[in-house]
Amino acid sequence: MGKISLNTGYCKSCGLCIRACTRGALSISGKTNEKGYRVIAADDMKCVGCGLCYTVCPDYVFTIEDQTGSEWTV
Amino acid sequence: MAMTKKIPDTIKGANTFCPGCGHGVVVRLIAEALEELGHADDAICAVAVGCSCLVNVALGIDKIGCPHGRASACAAGIKRVRPGNLVFSYQGDGDSLSIGLAETVYSAQRNEKFTQIIVNNGVFGMTGGQASPCTLIGQKTTTTVDGRSVNMSGVPLDIMKMFGQIESVAYLARGSVHDAQNILNTKRYIKKAFEAQMAGAGFSCVEILSPCPTNWHMEPVDSMERIAGVVSAYYPIGEIVTGGGLNA
Repeated sequence: MGKISLNTGYCKSCGLCIRACTRGALSISGKTNEKGYRVIAADDMKCVGCGLCYTVCPDYVFTIEDQTGSEWTV
Repeated sequence: MAMTKKIPDTIKGANTFCPGCGHGVVVRLIAEALEELGHADDAICAVAVGCSCLVNVALGIDKIGCPHGRASACAAGIKRVRPGNLVFSYQGDGDSLSIGLAETVYSAQRNEKFTQIIVNNGVFGMTGGQASPCTLIGQKTTTTVDGRSVNMSGVPLDIMKMFGQIESVAYLARGSVHDAQNILNTKRYIKKAFEAQMAGAGFSCVEILSPCPTNWHMEPVDSMERIAGVVSAYYPIGEIVTGGGLNA
Protein backbone atom coordinates (compact mmCIF):
# COMPACT_ATOMS: atom_id res chain seq x y z
CA MET A 1 0.00 0.00 0.00
CA GLY A 2 1.08 3.56 -0.57
CA LYS A 3 0.59 6.45 1.75
CA ILE A 4 -0.83 9.59 0.21
CA SER A 5 0.25 13.04 1.35
CA LEU A 6 -0.96 16.38 0.04
CA ASN A 7 0.69 19.76 -0.37
CA THR A 8 -2.57 21.65 -0.30
CA GLY A 9 -0.80 24.98 -0.58
CA TYR A 10 -0.31 24.20 -4.27
CA CYS A 11 -3.92 23.09 -4.91
CA LYS A 12 -6.09 25.15 -7.28
CA SER A 13 -9.26 23.17 -6.75
CA CYS A 14 -9.52 22.07 -10.40
CA GLY A 15 -11.08 18.72 -9.47
CA LEU A 16 -9.13 16.65 -12.00
CA CYS A 17 -7.89 14.30 -9.26
CA ILE A 18 -11.45 13.64 -8.13
CA ARG A 19 -12.33 12.65 -11.72
CA ALA A 20 -9.34 10.33 -11.90
CA CYS A 21 -9.70 8.61 -8.53
CA THR A 22 -11.41 5.25 -8.95
CA ARG A 23 -11.88 4.75 -5.21
CA GLY A 24 -13.77 7.90 -4.36
CA ALA A 25 -11.02 8.84 -1.92
CA LEU A 26 -10.74 12.51 -2.87
CA SER A 27 -13.08 15.42 -2.33
CA ILE A 28 -13.09 19.18 -2.10
CA SER A 29 -12.74 20.09 1.55
CA GLY A 30 -14.07 23.09 3.38
CA LYS A 31 -10.57 24.45 3.90
CA THR A 32 -9.13 27.31 1.86
CA ASN A 33 -5.43 27.75 1.12
CA GLU A 34 -3.43 30.98 0.94
CA LYS A 35 -4.30 31.40 -2.74
CA GLY A 36 -7.97 31.33 -1.90
CA TYR A 37 -8.78 27.93 -3.37
CA ARG A 38 -10.87 25.33 -1.55
CA VAL A 39 -8.40 22.49 -1.35
CA ILE A 40 -8.56 18.73 -1.88
CA ALA A 41 -8.80 16.29 1.01
CA ALA A 42 -7.98 12.57 0.90
CA ASP A 43 -9.69 9.75 2.76
CA ASP A 44 -6.87 7.46 3.91
CA MET A 45 -9.28 4.59 4.46
CA LYS A 46 -10.35 4.58 0.80
CA CYS A 47 -6.98 5.41 -0.82
CA VAL A 48 -5.02 2.44 -2.19
CA GLY A 49 -1.99 4.50 -3.26
CA CYS A 50 -2.43 3.87 -6.99
CA GLY A 51 -1.02 7.29 -7.88
CA LEU A 52 -3.63 8.31 -10.46
CA CYS A 53 -4.09 11.60 -8.60
CA TYR A 54 -0.36 12.26 -8.85
CA THR A 55 -0.44 11.52 -12.57
CA VAL A 56 -3.28 13.88 -13.49
CA CYS A 57 -2.62 16.72 -11.03
CA PRO A 58 -1.28 19.81 -12.85
CA ASP A 59 -0.21 21.44 -9.60
CA TYR A 60 2.14 18.95 -7.91
CA VAL A 61 -0.10 18.46 -4.88
CA PHE A 62 0.27 14.71 -4.37
CA THR A 63 3.01 12.42 -3.13
CA ILE A 64 2.56 8.67 -2.84
CA GLU A 65 5.03 6.90 -0.59
CA ASP A 66 5.42 3.17 -0.98
CA GLN A 67 5.08 1.34 2.32
CA THR A 68 5.71 -2.17 1.05
CA GLY A 69 9.44 -1.86 0.52
CA SER A 70 9.44 -2.10 -3.28
CA GLU A 71 10.87 0.87 -5.17
CA TRP A 72 9.53 0.70 -8.68
CA THR A 73 8.06 3.86 -10.11
CA VAL A 74 5.86 4.68 -13.08
CA MET B 1 0.32 -2.71 -5.88
CA ALA B 2 2.23 0.15 -4.43
CA MET B 3 4.74 2.57 -5.77
CA THR B 4 6.50 5.76 -4.88
CA LYS B 5 5.46 8.83 -6.78
CA LYS B 6 6.93 12.14 -5.84
CA ILE B 7 7.43 15.41 -7.65
CA PRO B 8 10.83 15.52 -9.40
CA ASP B 9 13.54 17.58 -7.75
CA THR B 10 13.76 19.56 -10.99
CA ILE B 11 10.36 21.07 -10.18
CA LYS B 12 11.21 24.12 -8.08
CA GLY B 13 7.80 24.73 -6.59
CA ALA B 14 4.25 25.70 -7.40
CA ASN B 15 3.48 26.79 -10.94
CA THR B 16 1.42 29.83 -11.90
CA PHE B 17 -0.74 28.33 -14.61
CA CYS B 18 -4.52 28.67 -14.37
CA PRO B 19 -6.49 25.98 -12.51
CA GLY B 20 -6.82 22.86 -14.66
CA CYS B 21 -4.27 24.01 -17.26
CA GLY B 22 -2.44 21.15 -18.92
CA HIS B 23 0.89 22.98 -18.97
CA GLY B 24 1.52 21.97 -15.35
CA VAL B 25 1.32 18.29 -16.25
CA VAL B 26 3.54 18.72 -19.32
CA VAL B 27 6.21 20.54 -17.30
CA ARG B 28 6.22 17.73 -14.74
CA LEU B 29 6.50 15.09 -17.48
CA ILE B 30 9.50 16.91 -18.95
CA ALA B 31 11.13 17.09 -15.51
CA GLU B 32 10.52 13.38 -14.93
CA ALA B 33 11.88 12.49 -18.38
CA LEU B 34 15.01 14.60 -17.91
CA GLU B 35 15.78 13.08 -14.52
CA GLU B 36 15.15 9.51 -15.66
CA LEU B 37 17.39 10.02 -18.70
CA GLY B 38 20.10 11.68 -16.62
CA HIS B 39 19.91 15.02 -18.42
CA ALA B 40 18.47 17.29 -15.75
CA ASP B 41 21.85 18.99 -15.32
CA ASP B 42 22.73 19.51 -18.98
CA ALA B 43 19.32 20.27 -20.50
CA ILE B 44 18.66 23.69 -22.03
CA CYS B 45 15.12 24.91 -22.66
CA ALA B 46 14.31 27.58 -25.25
CA VAL B 47 11.24 29.23 -23.74
CA ALA B 48 8.54 30.72 -25.94
CA VAL B 49 6.33 33.73 -25.31
CA GLY B 50 2.80 33.23 -24.01
CA CYS B 51 1.49 30.93 -21.28
CA SER B 52 4.37 28.58 -22.06
CA CYS B 53 6.82 31.16 -20.68
CA LEU B 54 5.46 30.31 -17.22
CA VAL B 55 7.60 27.18 -17.46
CA ASN B 56 10.20 29.54 -16.02
CA VAL B 57 8.46 29.48 -12.67
CA ALA B 58 8.41 25.75 -12.05
CA LEU B 59 11.13 24.06 -14.09
CA GLY B 60 14.57 24.29 -12.51
CA ILE B 61 16.88 23.77 -15.48
CA ASP B 62 18.86 26.13 -17.71
CA LYS B 63 16.50 28.18 -19.88
CA ILE B 64 16.62 31.08 -22.29
CA GLY B 65 13.76 33.45 -23.08
CA CYS B 66 13.24 33.78 -26.81
CA PRO B 67 11.47 36.33 -29.03
CA HIS B 68 7.87 35.45 -29.82
CA GLY B 69 7.74 32.50 -32.23
CA ARG B 70 11.49 32.11 -32.39
CA ALA B 71 12.10 29.51 -29.69
CA SER B 72 12.74 26.78 -32.24
CA ALA B 73 15.26 28.98 -34.06
CA CYS B 74 16.99 29.70 -30.73
CA ALA B 75 16.98 26.00 -29.83
CA ALA B 76 18.47 25.15 -33.23
CA GLY B 77 21.31 27.61 -32.65
CA ILE B 78 21.96 26.40 -29.11
CA LYS B 79 22.06 22.77 -30.23
CA ARG B 80 24.51 23.59 -33.02
CA VAL B 81 27.01 25.16 -30.64
CA ARG B 82 26.35 22.79 -27.72
CA PRO B 83 25.64 19.45 -29.37
CA GLY B 84 26.34 17.52 -26.17
CA ASN B 85 23.50 19.20 -24.31
CA LEU B 86 19.89 18.09 -24.44
CA VAL B 87 18.11 21.06 -26.04
CA PHE B 88 14.39 21.53 -26.42
CA SER B 89 11.99 24.34 -27.15
CA TYR B 90 8.84 24.72 -25.06
CA GLN B 91 6.12 26.44 -27.07
CA GLY B 92 2.39 26.83 -27.39
CA ASP B 93 0.47 26.45 -30.62
CA GLY B 94 0.11 30.19 -31.05
CA ASP B 95 3.83 30.76 -30.69
CA SER B 96 5.06 27.83 -32.75
CA LEU B 97 2.39 27.51 -35.42
CA SER B 98 1.25 31.07 -36.02
CA ILE B 99 3.93 33.62 -35.23
CA GLY B 100 6.77 31.09 -35.46
CA LEU B 101 5.52 28.75 -38.18
CA ALA B 102 8.47 29.54 -40.45
CA GLU B 103 10.98 28.76 -37.71
CA THR B 104 9.09 25.60 -36.79
CA VAL B 105 8.88 24.23 -40.31
CA TYR B 106 12.45 25.11 -41.24
CA SER B 107 13.80 23.57 -38.05
CA ALA B 108 12.31 20.30 -39.20
CA GLN B 109 13.25 20.83 -42.84
CA ARG B 110 16.89 21.60 -41.93
CA ASN B 111 16.89 18.56 -39.63
CA GLU B 112 17.95 20.61 -36.61
CA LYS B 113 18.75 18.07 -33.94
CA PHE B 114 16.75 19.40 -31.01
CA THR B 115 13.34 18.49 -29.63
CA GLN B 116 10.34 20.74 -30.07
CA ILE B 117 7.59 20.50 -27.45
CA ILE B 118 4.34 22.08 -28.68
CA VAL B 119 1.50 22.44 -26.19
CA ASN B 120 -1.61 22.75 -28.33
CA ASN B 121 -4.64 24.24 -26.59
CA GLY B 122 -6.14 25.82 -29.68
CA VAL B 123 -6.03 29.44 -28.53
CA PHE B 124 -3.68 32.30 -27.67
CA GLY B 125 -4.17 31.84 -23.93
CA MET B 126 -2.18 34.57 -22.24
CA THR B 127 -3.51 37.38 -24.42
CA GLY B 128 -7.16 36.52 -23.82
CA GLY B 129 -8.19 33.55 -25.91
CA GLN B 130 -7.81 34.71 -29.51
CA ALA B 131 -8.03 32.08 -32.24
CA SER B 132 -4.85 30.26 -33.19
CA PRO B 133 -4.17 28.21 -36.32
CA CYS B 134 -5.21 25.16 -34.30
CA THR B 135 -8.64 26.48 -33.25
CA LEU B 136 -11.25 23.95 -34.33
CA ILE B 137 -14.01 24.66 -36.82
CA GLY B 138 -16.99 26.13 -35.00
CA GLN B 139 -14.96 26.96 -31.88
CA LYS B 140 -15.81 30.35 -30.42
CA THR B 141 -12.95 32.59 -29.40
CA THR B 142 -12.55 36.32 -28.92
CA THR B 143 -11.61 36.66 -32.62
CA THR B 144 -14.07 34.06 -33.93
CA VAL B 145 -17.13 35.13 -32.00
CA ASP B 146 -19.52 33.15 -34.21
CA GLY B 147 -17.20 30.16 -34.31
CA ARG B 148 -14.26 29.52 -36.61
CA SER B 149 -15.35 29.04 -40.22
CA VAL B 150 -13.43 27.43 -43.06
CA ASN B 151 -14.50 30.27 -45.32
CA MET B 152 -12.95 32.96 -43.13
CA SER B 153 -10.01 31.16 -41.50
CA GLY B 154 -9.33 27.92 -43.34
CA VAL B 155 -8.99 24.55 -41.67
CA PRO B 156 -7.10 23.91 -38.40
CA LEU B 157 -3.39 23.34 -38.88
CA ASP B 158 -2.17 19.79 -38.32
CA ILE B 159 1.57 20.23 -37.88
CA MET B 160 2.16 16.49 -37.59
CA LYS B 161 0.89 16.01 -41.14
CA MET B 162 3.27 18.73 -42.35
CA PHE B 163 6.25 17.31 -40.45
CA GLY B 164 5.36 13.80 -41.55
CA GLN B 165 6.20 14.71 -45.15
CA ILE B 166 9.79 15.58 -44.21
CA GLU B 167 11.71 12.33 -44.56
CA SER B 168 14.66 13.28 -42.33
CA VAL B 169 12.56 13.80 -39.18
CA ALA B 170 13.66 11.40 -36.44
CA TYR B 171 10.66 11.23 -34.13
CA LEU B 172 7.12 12.63 -34.17
CA ALA B 173 4.29 12.00 -31.75
CA ARG B 174 1.12 13.63 -30.56
CA GLY B 175 0.15 13.10 -26.95
CA SER B 176 -2.55 14.44 -24.68
CA VAL B 177 -3.08 15.21 -21.00
CA HIS B 178 -6.80 14.49 -20.82
CA ASP B 179 -6.49 11.31 -18.74
CA ALA B 180 -3.91 9.28 -16.84
CA GLN B 181 -3.29 6.77 -19.61
CA ASN B 182 -2.59 9.48 -22.17
CA ILE B 183 -0.41 11.38 -19.71
CA LEU B 184 1.76 8.29 -19.20
CA ASN B 185 1.90 7.75 -22.97
CA THR B 186 2.90 11.38 -23.47
CA LYS B 187 5.76 10.97 -21.02
CA ARG B 188 6.94 7.99 -23.07
CA TYR B 189 6.79 10.10 -26.24
CA ILE B 190 8.83 12.87 -24.64
CA LYS B 191 11.48 10.40 -23.50
CA LYS B 192 11.70 8.81 -26.94
CA ALA B 193 12.03 12.24 -28.57
CA PHE B 194 14.85 13.17 -26.17
CA GLU B 195 16.55 9.83 -26.80
CA ALA B 196 16.32 10.34 -30.56
CA GLN B 197 17.90 13.76 -30.17
CA MET B 198 20.78 12.53 -28.02
CA ALA B 199 21.37 9.68 -30.47
CA GLY B 200 21.91 12.36 -33.11
CA ALA B 201 19.08 10.97 -35.21
CA GLY B 202 17.63 14.35 -36.16
CA PHE B 203 14.70 16.66 -35.48
CA SER B 204 12.08 15.42 -33.03
CA CYS B 205 8.78 16.91 -31.97
CA VAL B 206 6.03 16.05 -29.51
CA GLU B 207 2.76 17.94 -29.83
CA ILE B 208 0.57 17.68 -26.75
CA LEU B 209 -3.18 18.34 -26.72
CA SER B 210 -3.90 20.40 -23.63
CA PRO B 211 -6.93 22.20 -22.20
CA CYS B 212 -7.37 25.91 -21.63
CA PRO B 213 -10.34 25.96 -19.26
CA THR B 214 -10.05 29.73 -18.77
CA ASN B 215 -10.37 30.66 -22.43
CA TRP B 216 -12.57 27.73 -23.42
CA HIS B 217 -14.93 28.97 -20.70
CA MET B 218 -15.30 25.45 -19.36
CA GLU B 219 -14.70 23.65 -16.09
CA PRO B 220 -11.35 21.77 -16.04
CA VAL B 221 -13.07 18.38 -16.02
CA ASP B 222 -15.29 19.36 -18.97
CA SER B 223 -12.21 20.63 -20.84
CA MET B 224 -10.63 17.20 -20.55
CA GLU B 225 -13.79 15.61 -21.90
CA ARG B 226 -13.67 18.01 -24.85
CA ILE B 227 -10.15 16.83 -25.68
CA ALA B 228 -11.22 13.19 -25.36
CA GLY B 229 -14.06 13.89 -27.77
CA VAL B 230 -13.83 16.58 -30.42
CA VAL B 231 -10.20 17.71 -30.14
CA SER B 232 -8.56 14.28 -30.38
CA ALA B 233 -10.99 13.38 -33.18
CA TYR B 234 -9.44 16.11 -35.32
CA TYR B 235 -5.90 15.72 -34.00
CA PRO B 236 -5.29 11.95 -33.73
CA ILE B 237 -3.14 10.88 -30.78
CA GLY B 238 -0.17 8.57 -31.17
CA GLU B 239 3.27 8.17 -32.66
CA ILE B 240 3.63 9.39 -36.24
CA VAL B 241 7.32 8.76 -36.93
CA THR B 242 9.55 6.44 -34.91
CA GLY B 243 13.09 5.39 -35.65
CA GLY B 244 13.48 7.94 -38.43
CA GLY B 245 16.30 10.33 -39.11
CA LEU B 246 19.96 9.80 -39.86
CA ASN B 247 20.19 6.45 -38.11
CA ALA B 248 17.25 4.97 -40.00
